[in-house]
Amino acid sequence: MTTASDPQAGRLFAALPTQDAPAMARLHERLVDEAQREGVLDLAYRTMDTPVGRLLLASTVQGLVKVAFAIQDHDAVLRRLADDVSPRILEAPARLDEVSRQLEEYFAGRRTRFDLPLDWRLSKGFRREVLTHLREIGYGRTESYAQVAAAAGSPRAVRAVGTACATNPLPLVVPCHRVVRSDGSAGGYAGGPDAKLTLLAMERAA
Amino acid sequence: MRRPFEQIVAEYGPMVLRVCRAVLGPQDAEDAWSETFVSALKAYPDLPPDANVEAWLVTIAHRRSVDVTRAAARRPTPVETLPERPGVTGRPEDWDGDLWRALKALPARQRQAVAYHYLAGLPYKEIAALCGGSTDAARRAAADGIKTLRGTYPRLTDQSGVAR
Repeated sequence: MTTASDPQAGRLFAALPTQDAPAMARLHERLVDEAQREGVLDLAYRTMDTPVGRLLLASTVQGLVKVAFAIQDHDAVLRRLADDVSPRILEAPARLDEVSRQLEEYFAGRRTRFDLPLDWRLSKGFRREVLTHLREIGYGRTESYAQVAAAAGSPRAVRAVGTACATNPLPLVVPCHRVVRSDGSAGGYAGGPDAKLTLLAMERAA
Repeated sequence: MRRPFEQIVAEYGPMVLRVCRAVLGPQDAEDAWSETFVSALKAYPDLPPDANVEAWLVTIAHRRSVDVTRAAARRPTPVETLPERPGVTGRPEDWDGDLWRALKALPARQRQAVAYHYLAGLPYKEIAALCGGSTDAARRAAADGIKTLRGTYPRLTDQSGVAR
């Protein structure tokens, strides 16, 4: 980034490191603390490794707002969050400690439901109604898209249920993986078909 | 389309730290950096999407560093009685004390012009807008600063020509 219009001037600042990782780590931590204290950290995020790949977890002050799989491209997801929620985004793992703890328990087979504050702002209208219903499908059980449509009060809206599941901003925590096709096959999933099969097999085995 | 602020910190944080260190020295640089990025985070949603982020951050850093300098001037100065030594904060990553001693001896305008041009890459026109005065005056301040540093900063006269 140095303008080397004068090579001697460039040499002059050689003693001043262009990258100082320990200092940046310290300053980043301080920035997160001060941003939280001043109430200007609108979105905190972290990543965690799981049996279905690396997950991105993002939280507003209201609660968990987004869970994204690696195949959804975390950078792209963060850019969309910057547009849809706020660009005041920092990597702040501590604010997601409770979320990652409960997910770890879930993947270890020690947790069958999540008890977390959720921010539903990325889901609206009928889709949100569908997702709200999904929380009632218990661990290890499944429902067909048609059953979910009927439960949401619109038995003919099977396709819309499919869209609601596909665009679920909070997969895993809102268990859209428990919605399967009427013929028993798994159907699509934001995390990819393999991730869905992994989750269904894991819940059946527990 | 605005990038997540985390990316702004990752991309420009190290540059702003160098500027703060060159303008304020090791002791006050991190306070100025912190204040700069908290202010920037607050204002970030209102930044025009086509804005020059580098110039925007240096502008904030300049204002913060002026505040930090004023606050330091109001502080009692027991520092004067301490022996000058490198690594004032005792942190191993603290940069060369000789360079800061040489920079500190420059008039503030020259130190700012040198840092904003050579470390942040700002054109003299923008430095003039930031610090006041004409574009030519900013260019002269930077040139005078570099000229003085050549005489006062020993490493520059190192004949090996190898920057460590």
